[in-house]
Amino acid sequence: MTKPGVDLTPYLRQEMMPTVWCPGCGHGIIARSIATALMELGLDMDLVAIVGGIGCSGRAPFYFDANSMHTTHGRALAYATGLKMVNPGLTVIVPMGDGDAAAIGGNHLIHAARRNIDITAIIFNNSIYGMTGGQGAPTSPVDSRSTTSPLGSIEPAFDMVELALAAGATYVARTTTFDFQEMPKLITGAIRHHGFSLVEVLSQCPTYYGRLNKLGEAPDMLLYERDRTKLLEAFGPAPEITREEMVGQMPIGLFRDAERPEYIDQYHGLVARAGGGK
Amino acid sequence: MRLVQGNEAVALAAVHAGCNFYSGYPITPATEIMEMMARQMPKTGGVFIQMEDEIGSIAAAIGAAWGGAKAMTATSGPGFSLMQENIGYACMTQTPVVIVDSQRGGPSTGLPTLPAQGEVMQARYGTHGDHEVIVLTASSVVEAYRMTVEAFNLAETYRLPVILLLDAVLSHMRENVEFPDVPVRQRQKPIFDENFLPFGPDAPFVPFGSGHHTVVTGMSHDETGLPKALAGQAVQRILQGVAERMRQDAREITFYREVSLDDADIVLLTFGITARAAREAVGLLRADGLKAGLLDIQTLWPFPDWLVQEKTANARGILVPELNLGQYVMPVRATIAGRCPVEALGRMDGELFTPEALVDAAKKLAASVEIGGVAHD
Repeated sequence: MTKPGVDLTPYLRQEMMPTVWCPGCGHGIIARSIATALMELGLDMDLVAIVGGIGCSGRAPFYFDANSMHTTHGRALAYATGLKMVNPGLTVIVPMGDGDAAAIGGNHLIHAARRNIDITAIIFNNSIYGMTGGQGAPTSPVDSRSTTSPLGSIEPAFDMVELALAAGATYVARTTTFDFQEMPKLITGAIRHHGFSLVEVLSQCPTYYGRLNKLGEAPDMLLYERDRTKLLEAFGPAPEITREEMVGQMPIGLFRDAERPEYIDQYHGLVARAGGGK
Repeated sequence: MRLVQGNEAVALAAVHAGCNFYSGYPITPATEIMEMMARQMPKTGGVFIQMEDEIGSIAAAIGAAWGGAKAMTATSGPGFSLMQENIGYACMTQTPVVIVDSQRGGPSTGLPTLPAQGEVMQARYGTHGDHEVIVLTASSVVEAYRMTVEAFNLAETYRLPVILLLDAVLSHMRENVEFPDVPVRQRQKPIFDENFLPFGPDAPFVPFGSGHHTVVTGMSHDETGLPKALAGQAVQRILQGVAERMRQDAREITFYREVSLDDADIVLLTFGITARAAREAVGLLRADGLKAGLLDIQTLWPFPDWLVQEKTANARGILVPELNLGQYVMPVRATIAGRCPVEALGRMDGELFTPEALVDAAKKLAASVEIGGVAHD
């Protein structure tokens, strides 16, 4: 956690405060963790780009005093890919919602992971479409209620960590807004990591998900996040975890921190071979 | 002189214009542009990336533009349809980017290897919401080269997406060409102070990393870039300003060619590949004693209503042949407003017009307005 008295305001765009996020929303906790990570890393905000998509999480770029880009729904990683490739000196962070990452923009997510491009994706996963008023998402658990699954969802939820691991992301972590002390560490590690990094944060939406699923107020939902997750270390060696074991106790922690050739490095090698180096 | 394919000319022109980012997805008949750029970009220190789809291609190109690149993508109808939402993002965020659409038969998968001109309206109005874009076209390999460079120049000047419409024939045909030395508009190093308005009138394009913490958003925003109160009025003000600037510069940004218009009774108004047959048709018609002329418009949008008025002032009939069922004829009719007949001649079967077909149509039009001295079959 940020030490008391530490001032994060230099990292935030004061003229855009207060945020659009509802009282009790978990997204502010994630934004604070990102700001904390930026401070921990001592990054020059002239060289930080926050590239978001559409939805509640998509507003995050407005709140950082950085190079901010609020793109189209699901396409933030594709925008970020072009941006990072021509300007590798930028630290590019992509806040994404469930819809951005798991639905409309899923294609860009798996290909960014496959390429292992040095971008940090942070999924603000609140299991629902909040900005449009509480519709079901690919991340909504089976049986959960939403305005488009009023009788309960019959679709299994996407496990974004499994997806990222399978697609080749080289830094993959999951945490929750309850774990507010752990989150900045994981995000710091993700930004520092050279390659495609993804941190999924289970966040609470008391306004829609909480109300429709009778999970109480924001504090109750934080406890719900605590109770439905379990530290990865508690499962024993990673290969022995089966999907069945994870039901009701979603593992959180750092799933992968590995090295693999990074995409822009590879491209620069190709340029050198082609004789195009400056 | 060298033998060059249309698509190859586009790639070479892009490099000449300073393009240093290309993103794309394979699609007939535009693929050779991508293949050329895959070779050219690494050689010149630029970036080439094959994206996962055309949506990603245009998104990456816009992202690269904000990273400081001169960016381009190329596609054909199906991919162009996929790009529309993000073309609107470029309009809203005043991002210079070049999009090449080599038109093939449509709708849907259509006729992938055959030419069409079905995206005249889509290029102008394809994205949702009202907006400004510039749309260029070409009818020869050397023109494809010139118009590609001009597309980059116009994108820089007006901070807009510029769309270059080719077609399957022009993309794939080879001509002996000597490339002209088209001047390139160089991007100025941005100068800004604390009062800098990144979306103010005539504001330079300041990419990320320059020190100004710009907010780029597809939401309606004011000159600061922020989606503040009254953003609807602000974005109307900003985009109307762009339109007004282009209107003032209309004579500089409107490219066209003309043949025998001075005394023409019948004007063939064409664009793109159709101009080639029309040029020959004008000669044939003149040989037959009909005073025909050609207005070949290369800047399709913004619509050069002033040019159409000027060049057809004495015309008694206008023929608009196009490889669609009647698109560009609509603004022509609106501009002429009944002053003389404006006849549409359309086809979308994947074939080009022959000069003879244009001669026949022109003679029919002449007869209908009672122009004498013409032999009719």
